[in-house]
Amino acid sequence: MNDAIGFGFIVMGIAFDFFGCLGLVRFPDVYNRLHSSIKCITLGTSSILFGLFLIEGFSACGVKALLCILFLVLTAPVSAHVLARSAHKFGTKLCKGSVCDKYAEDKDALS
Amino acid sequence: MIRIRVILFSLAFMAWILLTWSVHVQNVFVGLVVAVFVSFMTADLFTASPNIFRNIFRYLWFLYYIPLFLWECFKANLDGAYRVIHPDVPLNPGIVKVKTVLRSDTAITILANTLSLKPGTMTVDVDKEKGYLYVHWVDVKTQDVDGATKMIVHKFEKILVRIFE
Repeated sequence: MNDAIGFGFIVMGIAFDFFGCLGLVRFPDVYNRLHSSIKCITLGTSSILFGLFLIEGFSACGVKALLCILFLVLTAPVSAHVLARSAHKFGTKLCKGSVCDKYAEDKDALS
Repeated sequence: MIRIRVILFSLAFMAWILLTWSVHVQNVFVGLVVAVFVSFMTADLFTASPNIFRNIFRYLWFLYYIPLFLWECFKANLDGAYRVIHPDVPLNPGIVKVKTVLRSDTAITILANTLSLKPGTMTVDVDKEKGYLYVHWVDVKTQDVDGATKMIVHKFEKILVRIFE
């Protein structure tokens, strides 16, 4: 029974990872691509690891998978934030249909 | 200071034991050495007020926060998948400014992480002195600071205030 649920989680995770990678190709600029990669790939990889935990149970492998979920959830958004911030500081423009950019306005006001 | 080191030591040692998953003498000894080293090196980075670890309600609110966070994360994935497989790629992006009442480092970090994983928003930068977050929003509904704060931050902020402040 645990195996079946675990494989279900793994299939769900692979599907979300696939959508995340598809977003990397289809979205127009760096910020939207980060959106797709960070959300889909965090939960996708986490559910693959959680499925592995359900299959393996409380063994060396399963507990490591649980810890990896914790580290992934804590660090992946931080890396997305750093990438987006450095892209903005470097001067990457938002894509053509963008509505507003308060960050650039505030930076201009300061400098 | 010594209390922070004890807390940090037990956390590091627990992580080590879970990571190696064996109670052999060699593993435990190396774990002790590493945990002591880590707790002495990083104690002043950890937290300014160890008293908040005593309050049991903070843990209960944190337990309530976890399923809320997971549900938002799941919704974010469905939202992202919908935008990707839609033929027109429906986007209305922009960077908006939101205000936060949180002040401590941990609380702002957790809030920024949560915003990065909730549907449609991603934290670009944090202005800690004035309490502003710059958020990239896939589907901008309002450019107003107060309106955006109410729509994006408010739901998580009122729980995070109870946990970390």
